[in-house]
Amino acid sequence: MMAADRDASGYGTTQAGGTATIAPPEPRPGDPPITPELVDDHGLSPDEFAQIRRILGRDPTFTELGVFSAMWSEHCGYKNSKRMLRLLPTQAPWVIQGPGENAGVIDVGGGYALAFKIESHNHPSAVEPYQGAATGIGGILRDVFTMGARPVATLNSLHFGDLERPRVRYLFGGVVKGIGDYGNCVGIPSTGGEVYFDRGYEENPIVNAMCLGLMRKEELIRGTAEGVGNTLMAVGARTGRDGIHGATFASEELSEGDDEASRPQVQVGDPFTEKLLLEASLELIASGHIVGIQDMGAAGLTSSGAEMAGRSGTGVEMDVALVPVREEGMTPYEILLSESQERMLVVAAAGREDAVREILEKWELEAETIGHVTASGAFRVLEDGVVVADIPALPLTEGCPTYERPGEEGDEVRSLRTMDIAPHEEPPAGLRDAFLRVVGSPNVASKQWVYEQYDTTVRANSIERPGGDAGVIRIPGTNRGIAASTDCNGRHTYLNPRVGAMGAVAEAARNVACTGAVPMAITNCLNFGSPLKPHIMHQFREAVLGMRDACGYLETPVTGGNVSFYNETDGKAVYPTPVIGMIGVMEDLDTIVRHPFQDAGDAILLLGTNTGELGGSEYLYAVHDLVAGEPPGVDLAAERALQRCILAMAARRVLKSAHDIASGGLAATLTESCLGRPRKGDGVGASVRFEDDLPDTALLFGEDHGRIVVSCAPGDEASVRGLAADYGVPCARIGTVTGKGSPLRIETPTAALQLGLDTLRERYFGAIPGIMNEAG
Amino acid sequence: MNVAIITFPGSNCDQDCHRSVDVAGGSPSYVWHRETSLGGADAVIVPGGFAHGDYLRPGAIARFSPIMDAVIDFARGGGLVVGICNGFQVLCEAGLLPGALLRNESLRFQSHDCRMRVERADTVYTSEYREGQVIRMPLSHADGNYYADPETLAELEDGGRVVFRYCDAGGAVSDAANPNGSLNNIGGIVNERGNVLGMMPHPDRAFDPALGSVDGLPLFTSLVGALARAEVA
Repeated sequence: MMAADRDASGYGTTQAGGTATIAPPEPRPGDPPITPELVDDHGLSPDEFAQIRRILGRDPTFTELGVFSAMWSEHCGYKNSKRMLRLLPTQAPWVIQGPGENAGVIDVGGGYALAFKIESHNHPSAVEPYQGAATGIGGILRDVFTMGARPVATLNSLHFGDLERPRVRYLFGGVVKGIGDYGNCVGIPSTGGEVYFDRGYEENPIVNAMCLGLMRKEELIRGTAEGVGNTLMAVGARTGRDGIHGATFASEELSEGDDEASRPQVQVGDPFTEKLLLEASLELIASGHIVGIQDMGAAGLTSSGAEMAGRSGTGVEMDVALVPVREEGMTPYEILLSESQERMLVVAAAGREDAVREILEKWELEAETIGHVTASGAFRVLEDGVVVADIPALPLTEGCPTYERPGEEGDEVRSLRTMDIAPHEEPPAGLRDAFLRVVGSPNVASKQWVYEQYDTTVRANSIERPGGDAGVIRIPGTNRGIAASTDCNGRHTYLNPRVGAMGAVAEAARNVACTGAVPMAITNCLNFGSPLKPHIMHQFREAVLGMRDACGYLETPVTGGNVSFYNETDGKAVYPTPVIGMIGVMEDLDTIVRHPFQDAGDAILLLGTNTGELGGSEYLYAVHDLVAGEPPGVDLAAERALQRCILAMAARRVLKSAHDIASGGLAATLTESCLGRPRKGDGVGASVRFEDDLPDTALLFGEDHGRIVVSCAPGDEASVRGLAADYGVPCARIGTVTGKGSPLRIETPTAALQLGLDTLRERYFGAIPGIMNEAG
Repeated sequence: MNVAIITFPGSNCDQDCHRSVDVAGGSPSYVWHRETSLGGADAVIVPGGFAHGDYLRPGAIARFSPIMDAVIDFARGGGLVVGICNGFQVLCEAGLLPGALLRNESLRFQSHDCRMRVERADTVYTSEYREGQVIRMPLSHADGNYYADPETLAELEDGGRVVFRYCDAGGAVSDAANPNGSLNNIGGIVNERGNVLGMMPHPDRAFDPALGSVDGLPLFTSLVGALARAEVA
């Protein structure tokens, strides 16, 4: 996303460079005539078509129309988002590569760089969950290893409708299996993520996959087509008719009955070929035989060719007749726009083609020369030597018209947001019932059913596996760690996109900080409905502004990501869901902090202040079936102080546990810290007492930001309090760990609860398996 | 003390085995599956992964990789061969170990820690364990459900060839402690001669306290120790 901030300067100019003038392409026999209807079918407006004519100085051919349609789709061109995205902070001394490349890259110390990115595969997953999710993993892995980095971890962010519905269970089960089967086969551990269920995602699941890759800093390579005369090679799987115009598909709303018609736009993944491509690519990059490499992802050969030329200010010329294909009779249009998986475009140094081929052969893959780098500045495509497309590359990649559409808050959400939720502070069946409903709600409950289907330990560097605040992996051969977390509470962003997005950044950073890792940078995946609708545009703008403020304040710049609009079915959009993928760095893995309470007698303290904010809470949803109220506010100054404070405590090794408070409030946090890991017999009780003058539900289930529950040995309590005072963070002793066999006891000024760990375990670990195994 | 780690194109635990052998004091090296010689290795590890994609049946194609003839000859000559996870599946397909690994009873891929009881501490692979010791390490597979016909199973049991058995924290062997439906809770076996070991869980992911367990390391130190003694003798 956020292609580099270069302006398209090539409008209307002819190609620069010394090549002889080439006659413009003639219409290809059999191509349909260019009519307004055809242009409309390609998702291009009359103004955009006029722009294309200005760029070309003539009508486009059918092939060229397809190329523009893909490159100027929302998915590739960011036409409705780019102006807003420019507001995001993208720089810091540790950022090596910001937005505009295959993946962002930061310096993580010790001579290592980390490439990371998150991407959506929502539309394909809505139609075919297994393949849609699987190919999402495949694509994000390629984005990372084409930077020269070896993928070392994946995370995901999944949002589905209500799990009580059979169709949602089908989508959920298929997506999880698709992610698992693909990532497991390639051998990349899944170290974390989030899964969220709410009616707001009924027909349109959000399937976002994130990948982290490590390299020595000097191994970085970029997706460029440098060096006139260098050779373009198509590498990996053959090109078929699958996924043609997937990028355009991803830029449209779905409607009933799309299942069948859209199937050809969903690609099929082959993780084994991906594994071969991964190893071959890393070997190629290390060999020095190539100057650039890029995944043929969305818009396939078109985007990879045009973007590589665009980034380097060169041109490319390729002949589609040389591209290895799976079936006979494919047209240039189809070959250029196919999204067949597991393919790469490689720029080999002239004369090294055989050496490239040799490496690919070792990995049982094909590599074919299909063209070369030119000085023309053009994206030129031939078919058996006959020109079928000839387009200035820079206007194609950077010249996509951008829009700043009007936005306005929707009436429905305004009335929900401003609703008085105070009458719902009273739990209808008592506090204990509400407590068990909240910790047993699929949103709060353990996602063990999900992450146990993912290989979490391959590569033998998983220091903190899924189930805690953030996954942590070790940088091999060092004692440094990388923590990562994905977060977005869609209900909060729905009710107030700006506050919700700030909260997503704050929570992601807090999660990472709770492990003892310093939050460094984010990648984001912005999942929204149609930007043509004012209330969606309002959500988008507000979310970007919230992210801008939080990322700026917390010094976690945005290094790239992805925008996914049109997540709508029959006019109903998903909740605005700006997913944050946060990266943190831990200099000494020995300082890692985990979430479970440990030993009887340890002191339990609360960092931060309880404000009892129930707006948009899991309590209102799970107990009152309500999505309403103003979501919890974010005090960025307090948040920053809190995170610096917890990092100082981790570094001084005075903590036994630390756990963030988020969805499900204190109830969820205390339950999770007591239960620890899923094994029966594990877990320790705790006795806590609050003096806050708040309604019991607001106190226990409020999702106020800026809070962490920590525990420490009794002898370290003074140090913990002292550090909190140093950072100006409110700190109160709230209780004591009471050890194995004892329950979780909670006292407030007006209530007392006693919850046995077996009961909590059954609710918390049993909720999702119960629904998935019994309902089928 | 050269330990050859066979790398198929879809192996993904080859590097983990390499590190484990290294930590245990051995000298690991990779041998590409298209080679036809083990290059004088003293022992062989067939690592986990998805050797050739495993779209047909785990290990079914790997058995035909060029290197496998050398591995089979090496094993028949008494050489030490370990198969872990996919490697266990490959060794069964190659006929070096009896039985087969079926789809997990859950019908799902499973990735979590498991506990096993060390049934034999007198094999070359387990001399650094205590008999009856309960060890913990990750497992990660879709097809780990050990099956053999009743006669074979009786031979394994009577011959004391079940080396690791899934158990609970107290060492009790029960259905509840059986992660995948394996007959008799079998997690690892040796061949009749005792020189070929196959196991589903991953000792190669349990060699360092930071990983949450060091219970896999004795397997590698046992192996390296056996090679060292052989070298002296």
